Amino acid sequence: MPKLTINGKAIEVPAGTTVLQACQQAGFEVAHFCFHARLSIAGNCRMCLVEQEKAPKPIASCAMPAADGMVIHTDSEKAKKARHGVMEFLLINHPLDCPICDQGGECDLQDQAMAYGFDRGRYIENKRAVKDKNFGPLVATSMNRCIHCTRCIRFATEIAGVEDLGATGRGEDMEIGTYIERTLSSELSANIVDLCPVGALTAKPYAFVARPWELTKVESVDVLDAVGSNIRVDARGGQVLRVLPRLNEAINEEWISNKTRFALDGLTRRRLDVPYVRKNGKLAEATWHDAFGAIAARLRGVSGPRIAALAGDLADCESMLALKELMAALGSPHLDCRQDGAALDPSCRAGYLFNTTIAGIEEADVCLLIGTHPRWEAPIVNARLRKRWLQGGFKVAGIGAPRDLTYPVEWLGAGPETLADLVAGNHPFAETLKAAKKPMLVLGQGALRRRDGAAVLHLARTLAEGAGMAREDWNGFNVLHTAAARVGGLDLGFVPQASGRDTAGILSACEKGEIEFVYLLGADEIDMKRLGKAFVVYQGHHGDAGAHRADVVLPGAAYTEKDATYVNTEGRVQHGRRAVFPPGEARDDWTILRALSEVLGRKLPYDNLRALRRHLVEVNPVFGRIDETPRSAWGKFGQDGRVEREPFAYPIADFYRTDPISRASPTMAECAAQFGAGARTGTHG
Amino acid sequence: MSAHDNSAPVAQPTSFAFTPENLKKAQAHIAKYPPGRQASAVLPLLDLAQRQHDNWLPRAAMDAVADMLGMPRIRVYEVATFYTMFNLKPVGKHFFQICTTTPCWLRGSDEVVAACKKKLGVGIGETTADGQFTLKEVECLGACVNAPIIQVNDDFYEDLDGVSTEALIDALKRGGKPPVGSVKKRQTSAPAGGPTTLKDLSFAGGKR
Repeated sequence: MPKLTINGKAIEVPAGTTVLQACQQAGFEVAHFCFHARLSIAGNCRMCLVEQEKAPKPIASCAMPAADGMVIHTDSEKAKKARHGVMEFLLINHPLDCPICDQGGECDLQDQAMAYGFDRGRYIENKRAVKDKNFGPLVATSMNRCIHCTRCIRFATEIAGVEDLGATGRGEDMEIGTYIERTLSSELSANIVDLCPVGALTAKPYAFVARPWELTKVESVDVLDAVGSNIRVDARGGQVLRVLPRLNEAINEEWISNKTRFALDGLTRRRLDVPYVRKNGKLAEATWHDAFGAIAARLRGVSGPRIAALAGDLADCESMLALKELMAALGSPHLDCRQDGAALDPSCRAGYLFNTTIAGIEEADVCLLIGTHPRWEAPIVNARLRKRWLQGGFKVAGIGAPRDLTYPVEWLGAGPETLADLVAGNHPFAETLKAAKKPMLVLGQGALRRRDGAAVLHLARTLAEGAGMAREDWNGFNVLHTAAARVGGLDLGFVPQASGRDTAGILSACEKGEIEFVYLLGADEIDMKRLGKAFVVYQGHHGDAGAHRADVVLPGAAYTEKDATYVNTEGRVQHGRRAVFPPGEARDDWTILRALSEVLGRKLPYDNLRALRRHLVEVNPVFGRIDETPRSAWGKFGQDGRVEREPFAYPIADFYRTDPISRASPTMAECAAQFGAGARTGTHG
Repeated sequence: MSAHDNSAPVAQPTSFAFTPENLKKAQAHIAKYPPGRQASAVLPLLDLAQRQHDNWLPRAAMDAVADMLGMPRIRVYEVATFYTMFNLKPVGKHFFQICTTTPCWLRGSDEVVAACKKKLGVGIGETTADGQFTLKEVECLGACVNAPIIQVNDDFYEDLDGVSTEALIDALKRGGKPPVGSVKKRQTSAPAGGPTTLKDLSFAGGKR
């Protein structure tokens, strides 16, 4: 533990701390551009120069390890002069175009030029000009502004694991780019926009949209995958303009996926903003009164067992609970939140959670991926797996079709029979699992949403028990969800009640005419044709598959428009917050159900969000533990049975279009065209 | 600008492979480094590729080296664009690197450059139409004692002036290979008119 003195203040820091971090810990801010705590140290911007006593020159504090007895001055004349000099050099080739730069107002260089800049330039030669690069539909470049901090290169190389970016040329001719023109093929690539300390890399879809000081900022959570990334939603005048990551060390650190960041232009398109009622085969605009009237009229005389409800992937916990209780009041046992038919067992919480937790991945030493393609299903989890791999001593194996996950994976096989071999110990990898101290497995929805899903779940549980994954001190059994609503739905019991049918059962009953009324709470991923002649009510925010099939459409709120509870794949309960109001006549989802219940004469007993949330905690105490991941008791789940030979199929075919919001987003459509399945690559014509 | 410009009229070959003997040399270079550190061999391998490929490095060669060493291609592009001795565009059979740094300039490199331009009819950075000569201005070649100098491919021609430069070009045009070193025929960098010291070698038995 080195002890050093910074500006006369003595401080003791852990070994390995840099001088810059020590200064920060002592409460002295040191200006810097290239240094980033999550990236390797480059030491090339020189902005962090400080004076060290007995050193002949100012030192780059970001690259200097703190040592015992150092005496550092961050604000001495020498240090200040050094930084003024560095700033002058940085500004030699930097265009003074702040008024037309998207970074203006939140630019490190702009801020620090205020502190260390000179009030006029002494450089009278021409500034250099650099050709802009094409980094694809998400990242706009203005390479004249680049100060060569290389943060983007280090991010692409280290965190994203896609070594496409580099610095070519030398000296004044140095350029950041891909050399051979290509777009950045990473699901996390847009994080370089946040990392760029200047305006060289900015968000293309957000170009010239707003200035940071015009935006209202709301802290919320993302629902476009099951990770629950913490985000900040920036809005102006009733419209969400951008989504930025918010620090949460336990989940997303400070990264978010490109979909989380840029699917927001889908929030203003294809929106349901008034209720619709189908008249003469066509959906016609209606009032809430008429829409509720139509539902009440259709439900009159329909017995409970002929009614069913399905919850979709983006549904919040409050509205799912309200719908569940409305169904109970109507006497219907048929409800399911697993619209993809995954064989998740709601009886044991440990059986459907990512028990290791995302941060816990960093403790594991062996990982087995079963029917999951985490790079698409949860890019943030994949980044954490890569981070663990970079630390060394981590072996990853996979069962499924081989994919590039940005770290080496030993692909053991394609389907459940390989899993069965592992359980039986007939596979060499079984030894590796046995020898591991903290082994983990990740079970994807691709392994569960099959006919033999319950048997696969049982196999995975047996493997986990046999390989010491289900111990007192370590739970290595993980289910990776793809839907933000799934864990919440299972936690509050939005599953078939006694003698109720599951998704497959509901659909086949609809085909046979045994169910004549279906309530879809944002459920769009089912085969609408199988709903047969049933009367369908669709409550949701986008005119997607469900709304097209519906007989009555009730316009709800998207995740940026409501205060709502979500549970991520780890079982972490988080609150999303309203950034803007729902458009037009659309309403908060739980209030729609509450209002409908009154029309149906089965009034739900909560009048405000607080009461509903209190009730949520009564239903499952886990909803009272915000942002925690309590350990779940191990139990029996899955069903012993025969598995089929059919290989696992990954649940996501197109990373950029997985839900009604991203399907409505033009930016995501462009990404899908460039990177998604069937994308044209550089070798096409 | 070092960015790769697809519109530039550089015909890039579609593939590159080391010849069997160069492959053997390449493997010898790789074997010098411990396992997992093969990337260290990137400079000798790029040099080998350039020598095999008419003194310039096409993209395919950089890719081949990257794949051979198991490193991302961009890392090889970074190296190849950083070092000025790698030519990323075709160059003439005789690649003239004319030193114009201070010692050569003081000793008359302007005259040498002018003679090259006049004789070949091309400017710095250009190649003659027949593809025989390319001119390039470089920084210090480290032979200041015999300034000014031109490096033609791997050979140094020293003590040049306008006349001797033209004579050098003529000789190369004829297909000859003028003797390497000082065109004033001095021994390495000994004084131009012969030795000025150590003339009496009796202390060493009189032998030189």
